[in-house]
Amino acid sequence: MIEVAPSTAAYLMLSATLFSIGLVGVVIRRNMITVLMSIELMLNAVNINLIAFSHRLSSLEGQIFVIFIIAIAAGEAAVGLAIIIQLYRLKSSVNVDEAKVLNG
Amino acid sequence: MEALTSGMPFLVFLIIGTIAVAASILVVAMRNPVHSALFLLLTFLCVAVLFVLKAAEFVAAVQVLVYAGGIMVLFLFVVMLINVRSLPEERVMSAFWKGGLAVGLGLFILFAGVVRPGVYHEPKGNERDLRTQTTYRMRKVRNADGTVTERRVGRSRVVGNSEAIGMVLYRDYLVPFEVASLFLLVAMIGAIVIGKRELLAEEEESTPQFILDRAEKEKEVKEVVNGR
Repeated sequence: MIEVAPSTAAYLMLSATLFSIGLVGVVIRRNMITVLMSIELMLNAVNINLIAFSHRLSSLEGQIFVIFIIAIAAGEAAVGLAIIIQLYRLKSSVNVDEAKVLNG
Repeated sequence: MEALTSGMPFLVFLIIGTIAVAASILVVAMRNPVHSALFLLLTFLCVAVLFVLKAAEFVAAVQVLVYAGGIMVLFLFVVMLINVRSLPEERVMSAFWKGGLAVGLGLFILFAGVVRPGVYHEPKGNERDLRTQTTYRMRKVRNADGTVTERRVGRSRVVGNSEAIGMVLYRDYLVPFEVASLFLLVAMIGAIVIGKRELLAEEEESTPQFILDRAEKEKEVKEVVNGR
């Protein structure tokens, strides 16, 4: 039985779609928590790309990279959420527009 | 039956991919952050299924454990902590949402233009390299002129995906792995320090440091009084 796995190009298109949706979320949403979720979405799209090429090239390096990206995403989410909590204590709001103290 | 099973992975890819895209659109579109977080969870699970289709079982398990189990719980904690109902009802989108949509669409068209369906010569269903573990050992080899030298000899055998990843991760990528552990430690300390709340005056009186300082001061005062 020959397994017809979905092609690399199909994975790349899916990854591009998810990445674009994540970028739109980062740009248009005002809620900072949703912005952080959109960033996680973009990181996941990159992971799909790496896994697709790892399979295509029959190399494990892509999978190793995905594991490192997941570790870094976890750290980024923890620090980002801590910043959001602190901002909420300061401004009683999690809107991106509220954080403009450094706005010259 | 064979035709059915051979087309199966692509069918799964179509269904799961559609669900992933729809759920990610809903992540961006939902008004309530709790709903966004739940749709993000659905997206992560769909992506894990896509990893399994590409013979990355270990990464799929890590995706479910770390993303769906760890990061999502963190998000939900924060969403619950920042009481959503108390937030004022105001518009969700930024003022320049049209520009944002245009940027996203343009980027997607750019990506789609780069992807060429024909050029990635697909492997002939051979996934053995993703499960192969190679171990090296030194072995004495007798040369033609009678001298004996040591040479590194590798032996490959087909094992599971997790064992193969473990071999590569702990042999070739050991230093990055240790750096990643240091990074996680720094991120944890940073998150604690940033998220720490300034104590109120009456709360500060109950901290251990404050009590120790007060005891120290009382002792000094007593010594001064007794010395007189």
